[in-house]
Amino acid sequence: MAGQYPDPQRNRGLTAIDAVIGLLVVLLVMQIWLLSATLDTYLAGHAEAALPAAAVSGLLCLACVALYRFVRRIDRNVRSGR
Amino acid sequence: MADNRAPTSEAPNESVPLWQDEFSVSQSGERYVNRRQLAKFLTLTSLGMFAGNVWIVVRSWLHKTPVYASSVVARVGEIPVGGVKLFQYPRPGEQCIMVRTAEETYVAYSQKCTHLSCAVFYSRQENRIECPCHQGYFSVHDGSVLQGPPTRPLPHVVLRRDGDRLVAIGMEPEV
Repeated sequence: MAGQYPDPQRNRGLTAIDAVIGLLVVLLVMQIWLLSATLDTYLAGHAEAALPAAAVSGLLCLACVALYRFVRRIDRNVRSGR
Repeated sequence: MADNRAPTSEAPNESVPLWQDEFSVSQSGERYVNRRQLAKFLTLTSLGMFAGNVWIVVRSWLHKTPVYASSVVARVGEIPVGGVKLFQYPRPGEQCIMVRTAEETYVAYSQKCTHLSCAVFYSRQENRIECPCHQGYFSVHDGSVLQGPPTRPLPHVVLRRDGDRLVAIGMEPEV
């Protein structure tokens, strides 16, 4: 996909964005697992895990937001030709 | 987006063909838009997951320990060894099942399977509590899962013997 463009700057941008999307998917899968495990534990009557799980989920969410900002920055740079 | 648009998107221009005005993002730019939109979607989904975890925390903070009323659910000797009695506890409509497992031993659980809420029953031949919907089996002694799709044990009704009466005084875990 990335090789279709003669512009190496654009190719690099697409490759970086693909890598970031891969990372986002990994982080999201971790969050989905975390949410389902926490919900199952909570419904079993153990609420102790809820707070640490929410903290970890928040960190993962922050990482996702940072990666998304990175994607936007690459996108802006490539399209402005920098 | 603005960089990919035809120069005439703001106002009609006779020099630009209609197709270019309608499809104002170039094909190469579209790949970027798609990836950026996918990244945005994944980030928003991540926010949703975080909100779900926060909701569990808030719910566990707001959740107060319920006060269970005592309720006479059976009389000693009312059911034979291996027999079963159904009753409603802690509220009307919340069906529970009591089993007399030995001469002096009574156990009671919520009758709702922890998988998909089917009504469980006691199998005397197998000496276990079974869910007919998806073959989930629970121990009759402590309500723990023996096999099948349920992942959580049956909520246990705490019983107290008061003379010749069996009194339900609570649920573990709380429901």
